[in-house]
Amino acid sequence: MSAAASSQFASARFREARTVDWLELEQRIREIERGRVRSLSDEDLLELPVLYRAALSSLSVARETSLDADLVAYLEALCARAYFVLYGVQPPLWRRLASFFGAGWPLALRSLARETLIAVLMMLLGAVAAYCLVASDPSWYHSIVPGDLAGGRGPQSSAAELRAGLYDGGGKDGMLGAFATYLFTHNAQISLMCFALGFAFGVPTLLLLLYNGCILGAFMAVFVSKGLGLPLAAWLSIHGTTELFAIAIAGAAGLRIGMAVAFPGRLSRTAATAAAGRTAAFAMIGVVLMLAVAGLLEGVGRQVIQSDAVRVGIGGCALLGWLLYFYVMPVRETVDG
Amino acid sequence: MADARTAPGQGREQDRNRRTFITPEGVDLKLDIATIGERAGGFMFDLVMIVMTLVALTLGLFFVLMGTGAVLAQALVMVWLLGFFALRNGYFAIFELGPRAATPGKRLMRLRVVARDGSRLRGHQVVARNAMRELELFLPLSFLAYQSSQGMADWATGLFGLLWTGIFALFPFFNRDRLRVGDLIAGTWVVRLPRRELGNSVAARTAPTEQPRYAFSDAQLSVYGEFELQKLEEVLRRNDDYSMIVVARTIRERLGMAPTDAEDDHAFLEAYYTALCQRLERGMLFGKRKKDKYQR
Repeated sequence: MSAAASSQFASARFREARTVDWLELEQRIREIERGRVRSLSDEDLLELPVLYRAALSSLSVARETSLDADLVAYLEALCARAYFVLYGVQPPLWRRLASFFGAGWPLALRSLARETLIAVLMMLLGAVAAYCLVASDPSWYHSIVPGDLAGGRGPQSSAAELRAGLYDGGGKDGMLGAFATYLFTHNAQISLMCFALGFAFGVPTLLLLLYNGCILGAFMAVFVSKGLGLPLAAWLSIHGTTELFAIAIAGAAGLRIGMAVAFPGRLSRTAATAAAGRTAAFAMIGVVLMLAVAGLLEGVGRQVIQSDAVRVGIGGCALLGWLLYFYVMPVRETVDG
Repeated sequence: MADARTAPGQGREQDRNRRTFITPEGVDLKLDIATIGERAGGFMFDLVMIVMTLVALTLGLFFVLMGTGAVLAQALVMVWLLGFFALRNGYFAIFELGPRAATPGKRLMRLRVVARDGSRLRGHQVVARNAMRELELFLPLSFLAYQSSQGMADWATGLFGLLWTGIFALFPFFNRDRLRVGDLIAGTWVVRLPRRELGNSVAARTAPTEQPRYAFSDAQLSVYGEFELQKLEEVLRRNDDYSMIVVARTIRERLGMAPTDAEDDHAFLEAYYTALCQRLERGMLFGKRKKDKYQR
């Protein structure tokens, strides 16, 4: 286009003068979006904010002076992409991890302490109730414990069978790995459910926690009636302290969300939910990590270690460790997730 | 130029999806919320990817562990249990934590996850919005599976469960911003982030040296406003002969110009666009805007 033609057209001139910058910005944004930041030199990167602000200013000018809808739409798309590239920069991974373990996780759990207590109490309540039920009438066992979890164990099993279940790892048919995997995914799913169902005002979460306690209580009742109460406690505690604690925390996270949805307080409901979601999400990342640890303890520790005292010792140490880490360890108050 | 804008009803639909999004520099980026259809499409694609990965893993295991009966069976069970769990919980999170904040399905639909307050998307937000999928999708699915496995005897339980869980699955239909439950918890939303090429200006194609073939009077140029100008721009960009004939005839009738030479509608429209655009833009510079033909 010659200068004569462009001189009649303010917006055409405007466009002609700036297109180079826009295309340059677009090129660099594309490189970064493709994950090839390294292909840009330091000068290129330093120029990026300048180009971005120039594009933003072009957008403002174009909105006020140009009627070329295509041009305005192009600038809007370009500026939005550049915005997310420039303002979406994450700190390096190691620093985010350090901040999560050093502050985010313990802080989230500290603010969830009340809910965690409620969750633990619900599980205890379920356990005691189911224990009393099964102790008075063993037929309750089958209506409480689902068949696939019971794994053939029940009130009708003999003491020797139950004892074998506790000490040979239950891997009679060589499907040990698959069984452990099943248990891990099952537990992880329960905890995710505990969290997600919290959205329905926390009611399903409470029921799920109660039910989880019931299963535990029913197991206890059967084993105690055969005089195997202590070995079962040891068998459970090696991984169970971590695992049950994790499920309780997941329930607490769900309860926090449910309470925020039901009683947002001074904030708007969306703002309250988002704030609760932040705490709950920190707790949930921790829950998944805890369940992985529990899975490791369950898969390896429980098969290798046969002594009750050592099992209880490991379980107790794990619980103490978690408690110290979550509630006692000093943390600095800044979190950047 | 989105074709959808040509229909007036859909044009309003687009405005309804617009949200103000003001950058720290004070410019409104006017982001578009993704429609439910786009998000469902992206999700379907992701689901297919997950299942394909699992199938590929299964086939791989078949080849590696061929002939080892029990080991193979156990490995397969583990892959499906653990793999499906890890994939359905990890796939979305890992991709959304990346620089584009979008899974392959979302990228395909040109979508992106964005924090509602405009700050950078944080890790815990991605975790929160994806942990909720368990409630939104896999709970209804498990009720469906339950229903089919129990047969007709327990259909009422299954149906009730499906209805109850459907409330969460269909949550995006019931709010203006198309938020999933996960989006609500995480404080995110999903926006359209199209990648556009800068098209040539429609008006710039007129050659400057030759004498203009068409000249328009002031009265003829004051007939239309910005809305009509942009529709005309769309028609010119689409470059479809039939619609250009129709539009050119309409404009000629309106301007009271006799269709003397019907042979070059494109040139006529281009000339009228250029003249009208120039006039309206000059008006804008002086603070006089004419939104559409009805504005005096």
